[in-house]
Amino acid sequence: MSAAAATTQPRPGAGTPPPRTPAARRRMLGLDRDAWFLLLPALIPVLVLSVGPLLYGISLAFTDAQSGVTRSTSFTGVRNFADLRLDSLFWESFRIGLVWAVCVTALQLLLALGLALLLNENLRFRWLARTLALVPWAMPEVVVGIMWRLVYNPDAGILNNALRHLHLTSGHTDWLSSLSLALPAVIVVGVWAGMPQTTVVLLAGLQNVPVELHEAAGIDGAGMWRRFTTVTWPALKPVVLSITALNFIWNFNSFGLVYVLTSGGPGGKTRLPTLFAYEEAFRYGQFGYAAAMGLVMVAVIAVLLTVFLRNRLKEADQ
Amino acid sequence: MSAAVPVPAPEAAAPQPRPRPTPRQGLRRRAGRTGRTGRAMQYTALLCYLVFLAFPLLWLVSTAFKSPRELGSVDPTWLPRHPTLGNFRTALDEQPLLHAALNSLLVAGAAALVSVVVAVPAAYAMVRFKGAVSRAGTGWILVSQMFPLVLIIIPLFMVLKNLHLIDSRPGLVVVYVVWTLPFVLWMLQSYVKAVPVSLEEAAAIDGCGRLRTLRSVVLPLLAPGLVATLMFAFVTAWNEFFFALVLLKTPEKQTMSVILTHFTGAEGAADLGPLAAASLLATIPSLVFFALLQKRLVGGMLSGAVKG
Repeated sequence: MSAAAATTQPRPGAGTPPPRTPAARRRMLGLDRDAWFLLLPALIPVLVLSVGPLLYGISLAFTDAQSGVTRSTSFTGVRNFADLRLDSLFWESFRIGLVWAVCVTALQLLLALGLALLLNENLRFRWLARTLALVPWAMPEVVVGIMWRLVYNPDAGILNNALRHLHLTSGHTDWLSSLSLALPAVIVVGVWAGMPQTTVVLLAGLQNVPVELHEAAGIDGAGMWRRFTTVTWPALKPVVLSITALNFIWNFNSFGLVYVLTSGGPGGKTRLPTLFAYEEAFRYGQFGYAAAMGLVMVAVIAVLLTVFLRNRLKEADQ
Repeated sequence: MSAAVPVPAPEAAAPQPRPRPTPRQGLRRRAGRTGRTGRAMQYTALLCYLVFLAFPLLWLVSTAFKSPRELGSVDPTWLPRHPTLGNFRTALDEQPLLHAALNSLLVAGAAALVSVVVAVPAAYAMVRFKGAVSRAGTGWILVSQMFPLVLIIIPLFMVLKNLHLIDSRPGLVVVYVVWTLPFVLWMLQSYVKAVPVSLEEAAAIDGCGRLRTLRSVVLPLLAPGLVATLMFAFVTAWNEFFFALVLLKTPEKQTMSVILTHFTGAEGAADLGPLAAASLLATIPSLVFFALLQKRLVGGMLSGAVKG
């Protein structure tokens, strides 16, 4: 059918004219008909194992579902949420989760921005930094956790050893078991593990900044800082916004790293909400209650992101 | 950053700044304008980054090659004095590491393959057929990033339990397929966008049917992208920890990530060596992958991520 349609209007010297509108192209390729057929293989597992469970999970939050209990679960309305409101342990863990996510995201952005700016310069050893910056990305979370446990090890760890040699501390700090140091120590690991992705994204953003603008600003007498604020930053801002939002979500939802490093200890000082909900669900079997926690987490993330993105977009408009 | 991890630079002093670096790219003239002190500061900063990024890795490698006696010493050294492979042998003997690696290989391989096979037609349709379906797909890719795994795993656990797929490797494969799909779709879309529509039109004019066009025109052009996506999905599944932790209970079925955390339970300095050795072994597939595909992967991710 398409061949016939295409050959009816021959133009001299131009061969077969291409279809003019996107709709004509689609019709010619028969995509209107085939799109659903092509989507089906992906759609079924997604609906059955992602969208379905998600809706099921949301509904579980309003029941008293428990693991391994034979009696049927019953609808309890908002009781889980009412209980949750008074659960000080959960809110403490929630506070820790926010501190962790905000600190890791902010430090990731600052450090990655610095590294990306350096990598964008014509420096020697740039290739080494580029390669090294990708390695944390490739490593399994569990291995990153194990590696940093070796670094933080109070007796055999390199960190205490180095501090001892520099005479900065007595060198017997037990980083991951100290009530005050455990969370900062874990945050450093989070930054180390998440920096590469942010760096790569920012570097790509930087390479889209027109060099001519930089040169023009330089000729007009703008210093390095001024060139950054007036030329680089405005061009980079959309990229920074999207990667920060994504990083925040990923960090708030992260699990494996802290599970391997401290399992939430000491005394719950690094117990992120994800770890809390995991324990509630798979140690104590409170499926309904844990689902309610998950739902609260999603709601808070959604609200925070909306506020964050809306403010930033408003700024961008002005 | 260096304030957080004040570690002496073990290797190579700061490279001397060059007053006028030979511009590798014609447009990098601005570099020449950065002053001598500016350059020195840049190299100092770069050195700090290198130290921060490299020192945990060096320590992991060095620990893996140390003898138990050296690991017990009060004053650990940066490099092993008598490098040994003993830790690797202990790690392989004591824990069912090879078996776990095989489990990981099977599960991650199957998941990557199914995920890509399922995603290719969908990614194609989402790129070529811009409409409500495509928008819904993109929306799902974004939303799926937002939900904490805990909220998904509880209902998934109950669903899989009814299907008797708990504590089974096929069950984990199914979960990984769904879990890697957003990434895979996202990557594949950027590769599909690079295939010129005019080629497909030419094939249609020559009388190719829908499937024939896909098979003989689109797929061959997608091949490099398919390989990259396949490997990316494989590494993602190989590195995954949370689902494997929750879904697999029998030690014989557990994957590499889960088996590794069994090591961490034991404290004691002597166990650190085998732990480091096993961790290194678990990282090999990902490192190979990244070494092979560094440029392509970054390019593919970025064309999807930044330019949208």
